[in-house]
Amino acid sequence: MSRFLADARLVAAKDLRIEARSRVVLNQVAPFALLVLVLFGFALDADQRTLRAFAPGLFWVAVLLCALLAIQRSVSVEQADGALTGLRLSGMSPAALFIGKASAVFVQLVVLEVLLTAGIIVLYGSEVAQPLLVVATGLLAAVAVACTGTLYGALASGLGVRETLLPILLLPVLAPVLIGATRAFDDALGSAAVDGWAWLGLLAVFAVVATAGGALAYGALVEE
Amino acid sequence: MVELNAAVALLGRFPALTGVDLRIEAGETVLLQGPNGAGKTTLLRLCAGLLAPESGTVTVLGHDLAAGPERRAVRRRVALLGHSTGLYEDLTVAENVRFWARAAGLDAEPSVERVVGALQRLGLDDGLLDLPVHRLSAGQRRRTSLAALVVRRPELWLLDEPHAGLDQAGRNVVDELIGDAVAAGGTVVVSSHELERVRLLSPRVVTLAGGTVHRDTSS
Repeated sequence: MSRFLADARLVAAKDLRIEARSRVVLNQVAPFALLVLVLFGFALDADQRTLRAFAPGLFWVAVLLCALLAIQRSVSVEQADGALTGLRLSGMSPAALFIGKASAVFVQLVVLEVLLTAGIIVLYGSEVAQPLLVVATGLLAAVAVACTGTLYGALASGLGVRETLLPILLLPVLAPVLIGATRAFDDALGSAAVDGWAWLGLLAVFAVVATAGGALAYGALVEE
Repeated sequence: MVELNAAVALLGRFPALTGVDLRIEAGETVLLQGPNGAGKTTLLRLCAGLLAPESGTVTVLGHDLAAGPERRAVRRRVALLGHSTGLYEDLTVAENVRFWARAAGLDAEPSVERVVGALQRLGLDDGLLDLPVHRLSAGQRRRTSLAALVVRRPELWLLDEPHAGLDQAGRNVVDELIGDAVAAGGTVVVSSHELERVRLLSPRVVTLAGGTVHRDTSS
């Protein structure tokens, strides 16, 4: 178990260090995220009441679009010069590799979510009515997206057409996360009268299944 | 050390090895040669545990590589230098060498001295330690990749065209490295088209053709 955790930590630290050096998420994905919010604003005619009502859905659509970029980056780092073969050769447990890769994506998603939350407060005038629900939803959805995305990123890269195929494969699978997180945010931001905590249960189940399923299936994907 | 009996391996659906019988003893240096497509790289990947034998048996360092857990177990004891370097462009030379050492199961972070020693062994200046890999030349990348293997001190070296992309000094360093590995009790299998150079290192030459052993100078 200690070897498993050490390997997962090693991979996550490596991916985060690469991100800290290359700043792809900070310099490219984060501005893209804010740009998406601004464009939604233009599309909805900058009416703050409308924007506030739709803010939860727009927020999570923006998160999913940014997640695609972060996941593609996570996959391409291993594809660039045969690093994935090196990781397989290291004898590292595929489950540890999966947890490590997903953890790094999770951290990047949480940073993007913080940025986007600030974005909808400033640009759309949203107010956080239940901070705890916002945090819990953000964390659980980030786990679900990071784990599912890491698994599907490996699947798409194995098929050799990752850039184009990943969104088509991944977004339909993440539809329950989009729905659950949007409903939870509806409650947390006071946009609609729903029970956000009940939707959080759906996110928790999805996150657990994505983590366990990913850890079990990742080996078969990276070995082929 | 390494034993293949009627080993068949597929690349996709195509048989790259069609029934290889080969036995390599501990401490031996073996040169693999043969035309492109003969199966040299596939044989090295099979011995490294990256491929499962389709039929026949492959035993490396006491592990029967038919089983997935056995293949993973053997990977931590062998070093495979392939055509790509496996280095991360945005990490420094030292970070890459340390990462791969830790990934391969070294319990403790390799010391700076050990990393520097490995780089110096490969003829790299220790001023390169903190340089990101994307600023290295192709030859320096190749040497850094080798340094990452040296730090691990593997029992079995599988080197696929180790002289490719290196200048004369680099090629000499690789030859010395192979000599050192053998002197330390390691076993080395080298695939190379530079026959004259590698023949000086190894009296045993195994020629592959059509996915099988065509000639073995030891038999």
